[in-house]
Amino acid sequence: MELLVIGGLSPIPRSRWLLAHAVVVFAFLYLPVVVLILYSFNGEGVGGFPPRHLTLDWYRVLFQDAPIWDSVFNSLQVAFAAMVISLTFGVPAALALDRAQFPGKVLFRRLVLLPLILPGIITGLSLLMLFNVAGTKLSLLTIVLGHGTALISVATTEVFAGLQKLDRAQEEASLDLGANYWQTFWRITVPNLKLPIIGAALLIFTLSMDEIAVSFFLIGRDNTLPLEIWGRLRRGITPEINAVSTIIFVFSLVAIVIWYRLRVRGGGGDRDAAGTEIAEAAEGDLA
Amino acid sequence: MFSRAYKTIVTAPPLLWVTVFLLIPYLLMFCYSFWSVSPAQTIVHSWDLANYRTLFRVNVYWQTLLRSMWIAARVTIFSLLLGYPLAYFLSFYAGKRKDLFYQLVIIPLWVSYLVRAYAWKTILGSDGVLNTLLQYVHFTKHPLEFLLYSPFAVVLTLTHIYTPFAFLPIYAALEHIPRNLVEASHDLGATPAQTFWKVIFPLSIPGVVAGATFAFVLSLGDFLAPLLLGGPSGIMISNIVVSLFGAAYNWPLGAAISLCMLALVVSLLFLSERLEKKWSFS
Repeated sequence: MELLVIGGLSPIPRSRWLLAHAVVVFAFLYLPVVVLILYSFNGEGVGGFPPRHLTLDWYRVLFQDAPIWDSVFNSLQVAFAAMVISLTFGVPAALALDRAQFPGKVLFRRLVLLPLILPGIITGLSLLMLFNVAGTKLSLLTIVLGHGTALISVATTEVFAGLQKLDRAQEEASLDLGANYWQTFWRITVPNLKLPIIGAALLIFTLSMDEIAVSFFLIGRDNTLPLEIWGRLRRGITPEINAVSTIIFVFSLVAIVIWYRLRVRGGGGDRDAAGTEIAEAAEGDLA
Repeated sequence: MFSRAYKTIVTAPPLLWVTVFLLIPYLLMFCYSFWSVSPAQTIVHSWDLANYRTLFRVNVYWQTLLRSMWIAARVTIFSLLLGYPLAYFLSFYAGKRKDLFYQLVIIPLWVSYLVRAYAWKTILGSDGVLNTLLQYVHFTKHPLEFLLYSPFAVVLTLTHIYTPFAFLPIYAALEHIPRNLVEASHDLGATPAQTFWKVIFPLSIPGVVAGATFAFVLSLGDFLAPLLLGGPSGIMISNIVVSLFGAAYNWPLGAAISLCMLALVVSLLFLSERLEKKWSFS
């Protein structure tokens, strides 16, 4: 019961129901993840209860599966290139929103942030039409452009949040002491924004690795990993997909834990603030 | 303190990129929605409203749109019912464990969306985990067929995917509520229920609106979960768009439907922004 008293409130009878509710929600959120991981070791295939003949065979099959590893390599390349594009344009976009006034700024802000909330199908299809009119052949490059564009929103929200906490006086002092804008940018602004930028980079990389709705329409001859998995799901399912998903999950988890630790550190050790900021970033709240 | 040149350098490149890769594609989608396809399968640049007329006259289109909105509405309601009490529990009762629980909510968000939809498929299928479990404990002799390839499966899967999205803004809103307001209400003799309904809940409405918008908009545009788990009765509007851009080859009609979705989404975003402003304090 001690748990329920903390927080400056007297114990309320309903808190027991709240605890039970929380347990149910967590079970609901984790059931597919647990099933996914468990059945990656199941010799009898993806269904059936209880799981039987635990084995590492599916991982062995996976490691000899060249098309999967080609698609993993493609996805890594796409994620890296998308990260570079998103940061190259997302960081200046945050600076512009923070510091410059120009006609159409409101529209610009809304456009940049729209892909964060827009269903991927609309972003994917509108770009498909662009590439069709421009006569661009669909390939990994078009996927890179799609991811890069959609994920500028992530870089901009993260960096904009960092800029709100930045001490302007440092930049002012640097300029007063004779450094030019370029030097000030690289020596003052960027080092101060190091954590939001690294955080954004990790987030963009992970989101791009998992992205499927936009890629679905911009795919050429070479598959990304999610599209390779998608193709296999349509042909029939084996625990090999569970195995590759488990591996990706472990990697995403590591990236996300690093990101979260960075956010907590960036917030000056204020853990609650970090949580709230993630929610705000997710909300695209740049008012 | 920043010179004109600085402002131009930070503004021009992203502005240009966003114009080319976001604004122009949306405008192009707008143009396409007025064009048509000739019998020889080429795009005819004729400007009329034929696609929009088709959209409202042919039953399957507007009925599917309505059904998608109904699916999205159910997902929204369930996500809020799951997400709100969880956020409230974390914010007010989790104490030192708040941080841990918070991370536990976030983690499933980072298992690939596709993979989680697929995991539900392996759980709900007729020889899936749930059905074989139910037979194992002799709850049922024959597998329950309605579990997979139904709107039920789509709503369940999308609720699973979007509950954390509904949770996040609600949690943020609850965390922003000054705790001394709650204490004041308590000290002035309000019962816990009164404190909740008269102080906490009204102050959390902006978060609820944001969470609901997330869940509704993102599930409305979904096409992969219905393809994997929906079956014929679980088809959503985006599936029609996908087929119009694929085998059915009618890009202009597909563009018209997409544009209606875009208009719907953007107006919902404006509406929710106004509601959030109206209900926000500070």
